[in-house]
Amino acid sequence: MSQESGHYYVPAPSLFPIIGSTALLFMGFGAALTMNKMELGYGLLAIGFAILIYMMFGWFGTVAQESESGKYNDQVDVSFRWGMGWFILTEVMFFCAFFGALFYMRVLSIPWLEEESLVLGQDWWPAYDGAWPTTGPGEFEAFTPMGAWGLPAINTMLLLSSGVTCTLAHHAIKENRREALKKWLLATIALGAIFIACQAYEYVHAYNDLNLKMTSGAYGSTFFMLTGFHGFHVTVGAIMLTVIYFRCAAGHFTSEKHFGFEGVAWYWHFVDVVWLGLFVFVYLM
Amino acid sequence: MAAVHGDAHDHGHDDHHPSGIMRWITTTNHKDIGTMYLWFSFTMFMVGGILAMGIRAELYQPGIQILEPELFNQFTTLHGLIMVFGAIMPAFVGFANWQVPMMIGAPDMAFARMNNWSFWLLPVAASLLVVSFFVPGGAAAGGWTFYPPLSVQGGLGVDMMIFAVHILGASSIMGSINIITTILNMRAPGMTLMKMPLFVWTWLITAYLLVLVMPVLAGVVTMLLTDRHFGTSFFNAAGGGDPVLFQHIFWFFGHPEVYIMILPAFGIVSEIIPTFSRKPLFGYSSMVYATASIAILSCFVWAHHMFTAGMPTVGQLFFMYATMLIAVPTGVKVFNWTATMWRGSMTFETPMLFSIGFIFLFVIGGLSGVICAIVPIDIQVQDTYYVIAHFHYVLVSGALFALFAGVYYWIPKWTGRMYNETLGKWHFWLSMFFFNLTFFVQHFLGLAGMPRRVPDYALQFADFNKISSLGAFGFGLTQLLFLYIVINCIRSGEKSTQMPWEGATTLEWTHLPAKAPYHSFETPPVVK
Repeated sequence: MSQESGHYYVPAPSLFPIIGSTALLFMGFGAALTMNKMELGYGLLAIGFAILIYMMFGWFGTVAQESESGKYNDQVDVSFRWGMGWFILTEVMFFCAFFGALFYMRVLSIPWLEEESLVLGQDWWPAYDGAWPTTGPGEFEAFTPMGAWGLPAINTMLLLSSGVTCTLAHHAIKENRREALKKWLLATIALGAIFIACQAYEYVHAYNDLNLKMTSGAYGSTFFMLTGFHGFHVTVGAIMLTVIYFRCAAGHFTSEKHFGFEGVAWYWHFVDVVWLGLFVFVYLM
Repeated sequence: MAAVHGDAHDHGHDDHHPSGIMRWITTTNHKDIGTMYLWFSFTMFMVGGILAMGIRAELYQPGIQILEPELFNQFTTLHGLIMVFGAIMPAFVGFANWQVPMMIGAPDMAFARMNNWSFWLLPVAASLLVVSFFVPGGAAAGGWTFYPPLSVQGGLGVDMMIFAVHILGASSIMGSINIITTILNMRAPGMTLMKMPLFVWTWLITAYLLVLVMPVLAGVVTMLLTDRHFGTSFFNAAGGGDPVLFQHIFWFFGHPEVYIMILPAFGIVSEIIPTFSRKPLFGYSSMVYATASIAILSCFVWAHHMFTAGMPTVGQLFFMYATMLIAVPTGVKVFNWTATMWRGSMTFETPMLFSIGFIFLFVIGGLSGVICAIVPIDIQVQDTYYVIAHFHYVLVSGALFALFAGVYYWIPKWTGRMYNETLGKWHFWLSMFFFNLTFFVQHFLGLAGMPRRVPDYALQFADFNKISSLGAFGFGLTQLLFLYIVINCIRSGEKSTQMPWEGATTLEWTHLPAKAPYHSFETPPVVK
């Protein structure tokens, strides 16, 4: 298959990987020191982030140039498809770990703690009823759980709509309607940005009005870790969409070859699906 | 199996690359990266080995002589982490880098630049682990499985370990996505999946396992981190969590992980035994299906590591039977290797010796694994030296012996030179002797009740511990002989030929010259 359009492209030696490794060296040590409140850590972490961002600009920029100069034949395109697909699977598995923790607590450990409380009575945690949402039987401040039908429902609509606009953008690129493509991409980015803003508002609301914090036992832990990692992924996805927007504006991609766009669209649908899981299992149930 | 149509010698045009250190830092060549992986893993093997020597020196006699208990715990913890993540796994990835493109007739790995990054993340993670010995509070000391609550209580060293694990996970994920994509997308025309060499098959399946479980490890160490520093309650019963939850998530990663470390070993042995038996592999397709079955089953057996942690009986029964079921496809493999040798015209060069040694000792480790899977027995031997003996039989005489076999088998193709056969045989027999001296007696220690992860022990364990320590020192020194053999081969080994092993059938032997050229198969060969 590579015969038609030349050899499989093997890139020339590159400095970007070692720059990325240097970034993670700074970030690894920086984060470990920061966690232990050592001054040096913040500086190292900042330097690491700066190097990482430089590396990403350079590396992804190189890939975009290589792609536009026609170095990637169809076989390379298939490689990118496999690669992005399996990358998204790893992301799914990462979220599975946190959903697993949520299910384990709700189905197993909290009912067990409730049983212990009944059996052991006053010597244990007296009268722990184990009803979800819970802080657990220990000494934690009371909180109000996050309702599903306020902001979270609006957020669901926002993300689902952004999935639709993203698909409309995909149709536009396939039919070579560049203005429509840019318009729908912008709409997708805007919906994503509004979603992130709503989530930020929800966090402030949780901390200030509901007394719901990361330290609020089982509910707080799973609520903030699941929605937090999801919000982080939406942010990354929105940045990726923005990059694709500027690439579209610069005339990149053709109606046939545009995997850069498709890969980001896959990612966007993935964060969409994760949100549905969150809405059902974190907010509703 | 194959007939040449592509010309393997039409490379030459962009052989030039930066020289000196920059060649290795910037390289996108799968052979250079494979070489770096292998040297890195050998270096970490030495570091982990020094820790093991420290452990065995302390255990040479009862009482505390060399390592204070706290430091001893750091040694056992880092020995495990470094050997698993720094030595064994990178070594197999090094083999994948060297061999997979050559065995499937691909010009390089699918993502050559990312391949470089996968490698260069490893020294970063390794430096986090090694430096953690010298920070206030020392390295992580809660065992390589870092169970909470112990790991929630540790100091800076634990955080460095957590971030090291994150980085190692990123490296493994990129490496395995690269391998999957290379195998699925870059095979030479005519090489259907069921014509792939078995080493390639085992790596394909291993890479799937890595993609499935490494993110779960990343998730669980993240929970550990937030429990340590941000007040979450994942592993804290007062908040509704459970320390046992950690064990479930960790072993959901951890059990497939042990198959990640053994499936490529199966692959290497499945290449070597047919070559030196001068017969095709017996039951090729059953080998493929057995490998896949082992991989699938490995995702449903994790709680057999936790029989004493508190679990409903029905859970114990499920995990016991599921675990024992894995012995079936593993048995298929052992049967097939033996049947391959049956009536073959066998010769016993060093790769074959290590492969046969692998079969014998891996079967011992596999059988003690079935014994450990039986709940009532496991409750007795949990956390004793019996378990230590079991998993060193599968990881040292399993994974490591297969790695040695693979190095001896492929080093002529990598360097264009032969290793010293006499010294290779010495390496095998000394390793075989000292390995068994070290670990066989640990079965007795475990059955007699000696717990693992203790720097001191009761007097009745003294004799076997002394024997075990002597064996360990011998095994450690023997590996210096291996280093000498490899350096000697690279520097002044006899020139090799294209087919140093007459029975070999895979593309790197049939299509490439004595020393594999820097770029191979830029035009894919046609496999018939």
